[in-house]
Amino acid sequence: MAVIVPLHQAVAELIHDGDTVAMEGFTHLIPFGAGHEIIRQRRRGLTLVRMTPDVIYDQLIGMGCARRLVFSWGGNPGVGSLHRFRDAVENGWPAPLELEEHSHAGMANRYVAGASGLPFAVLRGYTGTDLATQTGNIKPITCPFTGEVLTAVPALRPDVAVVHAQRADRAGNVQLWGIIGVQKEAVLAAERSLVTVEEVVDELDPRPGAIVLPAWALSMVSVLPDGSHPSYTHGYSVRDNDFYLAWDAISRDRQRFTDWMEEHVMR
Amino acid sequence: MTELSTVDTATWTADEMMTVAAARALGDGAVCFVGIGLPSTAANLARRTHAPNLVLVYESGTLGAKPDFLPLSIGDGVLAETADSVVSVPEVFNYWLQPGRVDIGFLAAAQLDRYGNINTTVIGGDYANPRVRLPGAGGAPEIAASCREVIVVVRQNPRTFVDRLDFVTSLGYGSGPDDRRRLGLRGGGPRVVITDLGVLEPDPATCELTLTRLHPGATVEQARAATGWPLAVAAEPGSTQPPTAGELAVLRHLEATKGNREAAS
Repeated sequence: MAVIVPLHQAVAELIHDGDTVAMEGFTHLIPFGAGHEIIRQRRRGLTLVRMTPDVIYDQLIGMGCARRLVFSWGGNPGVGSLHRFRDAVENGWPAPLELEEHSHAGMANRYVAGASGLPFAVLRGYTGTDLATQTGNIKPITCPFTGEVLTAVPALRPDVAVVHAQRADRAGNVQLWGIIGVQKEAVLAAERSLVTVEEVVDELDPRPGAIVLPAWALSMVSVLPDGSHPSYTHGYSVRDNDFYLAWDAISRDRQRFTDWMEEHVMR
Repeated sequence: MTELSTVDTATWTADEMMTVAAARALGDGAVCFVGIGLPSTAANLARRTHAPNLVLVYESGTLGAKPDFLPLSIGDGVLAETADSVVSVPEVFNYWLQPGRVDIGFLAAAQLDRYGNINTTVIGGDYANPRVRLPGAGGAPEIAASCREVIVVVRQNPRTFVDRLDFVTSLGYGSGPDDRRRLGLRGGGPRVVITDLGVLEPDPATCELTLTRLHPGATVEQARAATGWPLAVAAEPGSTQPPTAGELAVLRHLEATKGNREAAS
């Protein structure tokens, strides 16, 4: 049953060194504020799971929080490279980063399997590509009914899922809408979960396309207005595209990156 | 919107020609899976010119998005606000892409080979220690596998048009005409590759990409020099019609207001 607690307490209690952490949000509702708290609490040795690592994982990787990354697309959307991610893979700075790499369809299905309590998912995917040569987590499987050969990927079962949403009620039920991505699946696949919200309201009146994550399926909720910036929260903020463009130059240089993080995140 | 009379149609860039050619390849009413960057620009250009009923599907789960300005990312709010339906990411891949409901997939490439296979993963070195780490697969492997046809849009140069890929991220025709059937891929594969120099299409018998059309000003020699394998050339390559004033006006307005709601309105 969800409890509503301050963010620093939620991160301290839910996320430990060496955990597998999935912070989801497909361009929309990326939990930047929670990620920054993880950086401030100096977590180390994390396995970071996310379809699109985005700037938030660039920051976690550059600040030395990650040991391993499980992902399907590691770029700055519409801009180009994630320079801290590239520096870690290409040069081992600030630490080597082990990769497990998938396609979006594969990652999405891995979350679905985790949320469904199944050991693996089946899809038409990866066929003929080199992706399966780099991980043991992509294997052929024969349909027992038709004999057709398909692809199996194992369930994702993170220790913790972290997502951002529009709002919660006082009981800790969480409502989100707009591009809903893979957050519901990530939360239900994980052992523990943290949701940051823009606000707590008395009643979650209906919104078009909204989904509700019931309080009894969540661990902790923290109130964090603008907690998705520079991503956005539909109905509360717009994507800060200027920041994503500016990140390219900030993150290109190790010292400039470190100075920026010290000034904007660490203090 | 820029007045047509003020549009400079005497000059245009090779990228503008490439984007216009890509837009023209999209038939009205087609369902198109759109990636960010040039494919999104081309699809939105097509929707504002000859293909007002083009259906745009973005991998963020926005089906039938009708953005009034170009999004910077595949998940900008304008896509959700203007979509016919917003679905989850598992749903967009499992219910909409995988069963073959999408007519056209639009892909870019860091490396492309003569059979239209694509690398967007690593360049140089080996996988664990690459010279250049690229973003990776995203939706591309399943777009390449499952769409009825694929359009590749990519600048033509020897770094990109290579004899052998460093990594196969998304499959075109594999190593020849039978590979897609043998592997059980249900989509048709690359129908056309549109570059800044011209257009390549797979040979009906061998599936090898063949230069079939040149953009204005481009030559066969230029195309051969920009290709890292002995380029097959059609007996009589056609030529692309230059961009019209209308196409350039819409394209330049889209580019000038990308990601910026205020500038677009």
